[in-house]
Amino acid sequence: MKVRVLFFARLREQVGSAGEEVELEPGATLEALRAQLAARGDRWSEALKPGRALRAAVNQDMAMPATLLKAGDEVAFFPPVTGG
Amino acid sequence: MGVRIQAGDFDVSAELDALTAGRAAVGAIASFVGLVRDVNEGASVGGMVLEHYPGMTERSIEAIVAEASARWKVLDATVIHRIGPLAPGDRIVLVAVAAPHRGEAFAACEFIMDYLKTRAPFWKKERTDQGERWVEARASDDAAAERWEKK
Repeated sequence: MKVRVLFFARLREQVGSAGEEVELEPGATLEALRAQLAARGDRWSEALKPGRALRAAVNQDMAMPATLLKAGDEVAFFPPVTGG
Repeated sequence: MGVRIQAGDFDVSAELDALTAGRAAVGAIASFVGLVRDVNEGASVGGMVLEHYPGMTERSIEAIVAEASARWKVLDATVIHRIGPLAPGDRIVLVAVAAPHRGEAFAACEFIMDYLKTRAPFWKKERTDQGERWVEARASDDAAAERWEKK
């Protein structure tokens, strides 16, 4: 299945992309997507290191690593927000 | 209820007038205006660029305003957040809440602002005398939002 992945702010600069379509195993979780992208290598593993500095949203709602993804989902990775 | 994300400035007085137009039940308006400072974390700031996640930004702020309206008697609210390049002294954000009494207006305004700081997907990149840098999230902002969690 395919999902749409977006990157914002520092993560967008680190991976050098604002977004792309990613092919995933059916039934994959948000954490599986993160691990698949992080396995691409240095700047990807650094940008997508799990922890407090990494946040994610699925279909524009904040999401946890165990969130199940489905075909066509919009998944975004970004750092903690700093607006206001 | 109005949530707007825009590059341009806003007129605070006109926004407050619009909140009360034709609404005699409004007894109080509390408003907050956030500004760009010329110094942050020990560096001189020449300007910043605000990035956001279109769509999620509006959704998240609308959800915060709805939560404030469920907690307090809010008659109307306006939230405006600017994006793009901003200079020191520029307005960044307006939160204005109209309510029957000041207690509700003050509380809802502060609640919306505290939650916006930790939940709405905006990111600031500063241009300083030491180069460009992404602003780091502050633990004090998380603590401010957590004060409102129901115990």
